[in-house]
Amino acid sequence: MAGQAGVPPRVHKRSISDQQRRREIALERQKQSRRDLQQHARQLASGFSPPSSPSQWDDAAHDDDCSHSSPGSKRKGILEGTKLKGGKAREFYSQQLMLPEWMVDIPINLKKDWCIMARPAGQRCLVIAANGSTISRQRNGRILHCFPSALPNGARTRDVAAASHVYCILDCIFHAPDKTYYVVDMMCWRGYSLYDCSAEFRFFWMTTKLAETGALNPPTAHHRYRFSVVPVFECNAASLEAVYTGSVAFVRDGLLFVNRHAHYQMGLTPLVLLWKDAECSLYLFDTDSQGNVPAHQQVVLELCSDGTVVTSDQPPTVLGSLPSDFLQQNAQYLKPGDLLRFAIGDQGISIVDGKPVVADIHFQGLASKNRAGGADSCTKILFQYAARHSPLTITDLLVAIEASDDDGDTSMAC
Amino acid sequence: MAQEVTQILLNAQSADGVVRKVAEDSLKQFQEQNLAGFLIALSHELANNEKPPDSRKLAGLILKNSLDAKETARKQELVSRWLSLDPAVKAQIKRALSQTLDSVVPDARHTSAQVIAKIAAIELPQGEWPELVGSLLANMGGPQVEKPAHLKQATLETLGYVCEEVSAEILAQEQVNSILTAVVQGMNASETSNDVRLAATNALYNALDFAQTNFENDMERDYIMRVVCEATLSPDSRVRQAAFECLVSIGSTYYEKLAPYMQDVFAITSKAVKEDEEPVALQAVEFWSSICDEEIEIQEEYSGDFTGDSEVPYFQFIKQALPALVPMLLETLTKQDEEQDQEEGAWNLAMAGGTCLGLVARAVGDDVVPLVMPYVQENVSKPDWRCREAATYAFGSILEGPSLPKLAPLVNVALNFMLSAMKDENNHVKDTTAWTLGRIFEFLHGPNVQFPVITQENLPMILTVLLESIKDSPNVAEKVCGAIYFLAQGYEEGTGAPSPLSPFFQSIVQALLVTTDREDAGDSRLRTAAYETLNEVVRISTEDTATIVMQLVPVIMQKLNHTLEMSVLSADDREKQSELQALLCGVLQVIIQKLGASDTTKFGIVQYGDQMMSLFLRVFSCRSATVHEEAMLAIGALAYSTGAEFGKYMTDFYRYLEMGLQNFEEYQVCAVTVGVVGDICRSLDDKVLPFCDGIMTQLLKDLSSNQLHRSVKPPIFSCFGDIALAIGENFEKYLIYAMPMLQGAAELSAQQVIRDDELIDYNNQLRSGIFEAYSGIFQGFKGNKAELMVPYAGHILQFIENVYQDKDRDDSVTKAAIGVMGDLADTLGPSAAPLFLQTVFYKDFLDECTSSDDQQLKETAEWALSTINRITNVG
Repeated sequence: MAGQAGVPPRVHKRSISDQQRRREIALERQKQSRRDLQQHARQLASGFSPPSSPSQWDDAAHDDDCSHSSPGSKRKGILEGTKLKGGKAREFYSQQLMLPEWMVDIPINLKKDWCIMARPAGQRCLVIAANGSTISRQRNGRILHCFPSALPNGARTRDVAAASHVYCILDCIFHAPDKTYYVVDMMCWRGYSLYDCSAEFRFFWMTTKLAETGALNPPTAHHRYRFSVVPVFECNAASLEAVYTGSVAFVRDGLLFVNRHAHYQMGLTPLVLLWKDAECSLYLFDTDSQGNVPAHQQVVLELCSDGTVVTSDQPPTVLGSLPSDFLQQNAQYLKPGDLLRFAIGDQGISIVDGKPVVADIHFQGLASKNRAGGADSCTKILFQYAARHSPLTITDLLVAIEASDDDGDTSMAC
Repeated sequence: MAQEVTQILLNAQSADGVVRKVAEDSLKQFQEQNLAGFLIALSHELANNEKPPDSRKLAGLILKNSLDAKETARKQELVSRWLSLDPAVKAQIKRALSQTLDSVVPDARHTSAQVIAKIAAIELPQGEWPELVGSLLANMGGPQVEKPAHLKQATLETLGYVCEEVSAEILAQEQVNSILTAVVQGMNASETSNDVRLAATNALYNALDFAQTNFENDMERDYIMRVVCEATLSPDSRVRQAAFECLVSIGSTYYEKLAPYMQDVFAITSKAVKEDEEPVALQAVEFWSSICDEEIEIQEEYSGDFTGDSEVPYFQFIKQALPALVPMLLETLTKQDEEQDQEEGAWNLAMAGGTCLGLVARAVGDDVVPLVMPYVQENVSKPDWRCREAATYAFGSILEGPSLPKLAPLVNVALNFMLSAMKDENNHVKDTTAWTLGRIFEFLHGPNVQFPVITQENLPMILTVLLESIKDSPNVAEKVCGAIYFLAQGYEEGTGAPSPLSPFFQSIVQALLVTTDREDAGDSRLRTAAYETLNEVVRISTEDTATIVMQLVPVIMQKLNHTLEMSVLSADDREKQSELQALLCGVLQVIIQKLGASDTTKFGIVQYGDQMMSLFLRVFSCRSATVHEEAMLAIGALAYSTGAEFGKYMTDFYRYLEMGLQNFEEYQVCAVTVGVVGDICRSLDDKVLPFCDGIMTQLLKDLSSNQLHRSVKPPIFSCFGDIALAIGENFEKYLIYAMPMLQGAAELSAQQVIRDDELIDYNNQLRSGIFEAYSGIFQGFKGNKAELMVPYAGHILQFIENVYQDKDRDDSVTKAAIGVMGDLADTLGPSAAPLFLQTVFYKDFLDECTSSDDQQLKETAEWALSTINRITNVG
């Protein structure tokens, strides 16, 4: 009630009060002792030393362009590419995808260390959503589409527009029949870099994060193409069966095997493997421009200045050379860096340590400069070669998986 | 039956204990057998004008207590019990209560008003009893219908209580409007009954919080303000006082609406301060004090950063009123009571005026100085002690607020005068002078003060005066202790070099000890002040005075020993003994901590360890059910100083430790004991193991208790960490109990969304505690038991991420969180690598910390980073 009780007399000539102070000081001493002891425990435990190269961490942490994790990495911030124009930009973007090797032999621990997915047929693309728009670029760096999407910051709509540091980078295959971008990997999400995360984690992120946005919804005015996540499975007999013959929404073009520990690394990697046979791919063998499978295996190699022709591997493998007089005669057509088409003759390929060392190749002509991915890689040549002679079959894969069944696989599902 | 109830109710108030007991038992029995019948009988008893006032009053009181209780759980129980009663029963009781408001017996009306408000507090939030406000308003009559004054008075009282009990959002705006209309009508000068006016004014006081909307409206606000101001002129002083109480409340609740009324309010308050009876004048001064409070708070909150277009309502009322306000306050200062310095809790106009002047100085700073100094100079030497005391009080009051450059020259001049005034013939003058010296030392002396008034030259004289005056009467001596306290505090953080106080150290300590022994020291706060000042003197001691501090140990121990031999015959004796023990344990704690912190002086403690411990245990045994907080704190300090040696005391000490952990009611004791468990863990290491079952059981019980104050819970979590670190892998058996508690608390804390400073603080404390627990457990399990923590690692990282995202996270939480990250990586090793590789935030978080200015944070972050780096780069 109102009245005297409502207004306590104020403190008059405040006198000292030490008790609370004693409590606080005691508490502070205890906290300090605890901190000291924990600090001590930590130093004893680890032989404390500061990070060996602080700059390494500075780089990673000050990373506002999402990609590089160590100095000297050839990777550049993806968004740097946006400052480039025309050919420079194409060249830059053509180097940003992780490229599978072809599976020429079965990796050990297939079941334990690998994930599998069906690979949609279509155009492999780098999809970047940033600053309110979405751009997809093909393997050669050319823009496929520039469009609004429901990816974070992928359109200028109230729901998805965001600050400039919010951007997404996806590895996709554009599947023309249903006009859908099938997402096979995720490199950046909302500005967080996933390049240095394991594939297993990237797949987890890709599956959960995309589902939180409207990107998987049917197209609208502000979301021109639907995105769809390609399901990733643990590598076991049942899932192999599923990705090999099970129904999928897209036209299948082989299977991708991804090592679950692999980080996302640009260019060719043996930690992602492509395998196909006639059952699961319409495109087992390279075809000519009329869609016919040539009688002889065709390879595309890059011409070097010394007249040798090489694969796209780093470092490249020399598979032969063109006679110098031939080069001189055709100097106006054949320049270093050109892609040349060859047919493999009856002598085939000599293989040493799993690499072709010399091949019986016959010059056929020039290949398109804009050919996605440039020259063929060794594993592609070997896989295509094997496919014509002694292919790696689905049965071989199943046997390999079953053989590792006894290993007591306890790893996480992907 | 009804007759019987009356007799039982009267017997229950009988002076004869036996009769009373029988009556209480039968009431209890009645209640248990038939609650509805019991409550109806009580309400009828209360409503019945034929019954004796005493039985009616008790009936109402029991009714009230069956609806509300202080303790939350009990209160909840009573609320549900009422709600579950048959509606017909409740209606019958409410009818009887409403009827009682019309009773001619004042006590019955008053009690009934309280009970109605209690029922309203339960039912209105449930949407029940919607007709209450309407039926009360009907009691007030109308243009054609005149209702009796006693009914209106009781009704207004009821409305006031209802507003006090029910929170503002429960009532609809039209109900608020009607209540305010009725109340303001009752306050109006045209109301002839002073009782009605008083009840209305008191009701308005409670209804002010409801009037937000009405205060937004100029016309309604004007009207309310006019009626309140008019009521301050009522012929009845009770109404005037109540009206000023309303003004005080309006001043703080509706500060931003006051501007148009300040001129009038100044005139009213000024008149009251000059002419009215003291209780009224006190409220008038209080109005200005509360405006000062508002303006001081506004300035603190916005740290003086006011731009022209500032949203902050800062009207500088005090600054504007200053030329008239200061003289008004100065005038009150000579209205002292002869006995004011001897009486505890005394409060009069002079005290209120001086206190308000101090607040004015804090609100306006330098501007107050030229208005006060002429008064000081004119009066400080006058023959009338009232003038001298008032002048000194005015000077002392303005020492906090104005800038140091403004004050320092004045104080430098005044200091000598003040020192000589310690020999004034008047006790009050000396009391206030000593207090003023304390203020001078508090605000104008110390390592951070630019123009310190104490110099190597004047220090000897200052101390001579203080040590002489400490022998003065207890009230003066107490203030002198305060002055020495602040004088010592100013020499804090000594650089290790001899303190300027060192030459006087021995004589200061001596004088304080003599003071504690004074026969008359126990009658006031003098003894307490002397011991607490001794604590501060010990804290600022330096190496060259450590010997003197060491010599204090046996002296204080002997005094503590004396308390054990005091004859304790009454509760009063017991309290005196306990207070003295608290002070002495406090001194020992401070000494132990001071000497124990340095290796060169630690032996001074350790050599007395056994004796001190046995004294502390005897202090504990003076009480049966509770332990002594101060003794507990001292034991913690002792454990910290003696290290593993402390183990030998554990067997005897353990039961008191347990008792402390069980003390839910005095949560400070519980908290202090939890801290001591930490001290013991660090000192004994794995030797604490035999006691851990009991300690952990107690701590887990504490955490599960709803009774225990929440502030104790964070330290308990930290204590888990202390225990785990001490006993290492032996913590395994507690893990299944501790982890769910930690995870539960973590989840709860992650879900907190309320933006309330106090809650933010608490949440930070809670999180620090949780992290400290995790750190201790990880560190303890490293090596042999690391795998036990694997299942929790994901959850822990998730929690750290939550905390990382929280913008209210404070530094200590940050430190603790990144420590846990490192400990997790360190203990789990490469098996935690996938977790980190899957975690995006940790690099950002650690980067934020490695670029911090806080060296400790930076180092911990670097360590955590290198540890995580190490494990994620393997394989």
